[in-house]
Amino acid sequence: MNTKHHIKSYCSIKNNQVSLNGSVVYKDEENSFLTFIKAAYKNQNTKYPKFFKMDNLSKLAFLAADVLLKNENLSLEEENNIAIVFSNKASSLDTDRKHQISIQNKESYFPSPAVFVYTLPNICIGEISIKYKLYSENSFFIFENLNAEHLLTYTNSLLSSNKADQVLCGWVEFDGEENYEAFLYLVANTGTTKHSKQDIIKLYNT
Amino acid sequence: MDALKQELKENLIEQLNLEDMTTEDIANDDMLFGDGLGLDSIDALELIVMLDKSYGIKLTDPKEGRSIFESINTMAAYITEHRSK
Repeated sequence: MNTKHHIKSYCSIKNNQVSLNGSVVYKDEENSFLTFIKAAYKNQNTKYPKFFKMDNLSKLAFLAADVLLKNENLSLEEENNIAIVFSNKASSLDTDRKHQISIQNKESYFPSPAVFVYTLPNICIGEISIKYKLYSENSFFIFENLNAEHLLTYTNSLLSSNKADQVLCGWVEFDGEENYEAFLYLVANTGTTKHSKQDIIKLYNT
Repeated sequence: MDALKQELKENLIEQLNLEDMTTEDIANDDMLFGDGLGLDSIDALELIVMLDKSYGIKLTDPKEGRSIFESINTMAAYITEHRSK
């Protein structure tokens, strides 16, 4: 196990609640996902109109990354050497279904370009990369569940080979309004939490 | 024509998810792309679909869009002349 690397910070969004490093930063108990995520975005005062054009998966990933990276005081004028390694189970299925509905009926065949462009899960990585100027390595893996072992190995490899200074990684899943969850964490050479499989799972379950 | 312009503004806001805008924020001669409303290339494709879906107008040459989608005024004029529904 490589203990040289550490988890600097982590963010989770689930059950209409946004948390940063274990502390709740926004909570909304009654609203639908769409109302919740827009309210959480406004609460963060991000001011990025493109957010409203994103699909649900990208909104979820973008907001989690935004909460986490805002805390890092990154320069938005210069390129940041932070790699991104994301994973989920449902890929872009939520948006794929919307696209499918728009092409289902031959008499009313009007596929939306704005929907179609999100029919890949890694588009959410692009949205984050554009906002934060992250032009390093990136990957999106599909797993049945959070695969801490794989994320750990892949991330350590990126850092050890100097492909990136830090890695933003985790799980971002959206498969319908009732089934969504984001857990992102930032791995670097400094930090208080060890970058180990046990610690990733522990933080994911908090 | 005024009713069509109002309808176009409402459609634009809804179809293009211009969340923080109201119809009052869009003047009839505002540039829709570039320094105006700041629409992008995907928005341009959405507008082509909107012309087809809502007004039965099929643009065969996407380059035509540049002049048609200049402003609400130019869109309304083109739709009035070419609409089939």
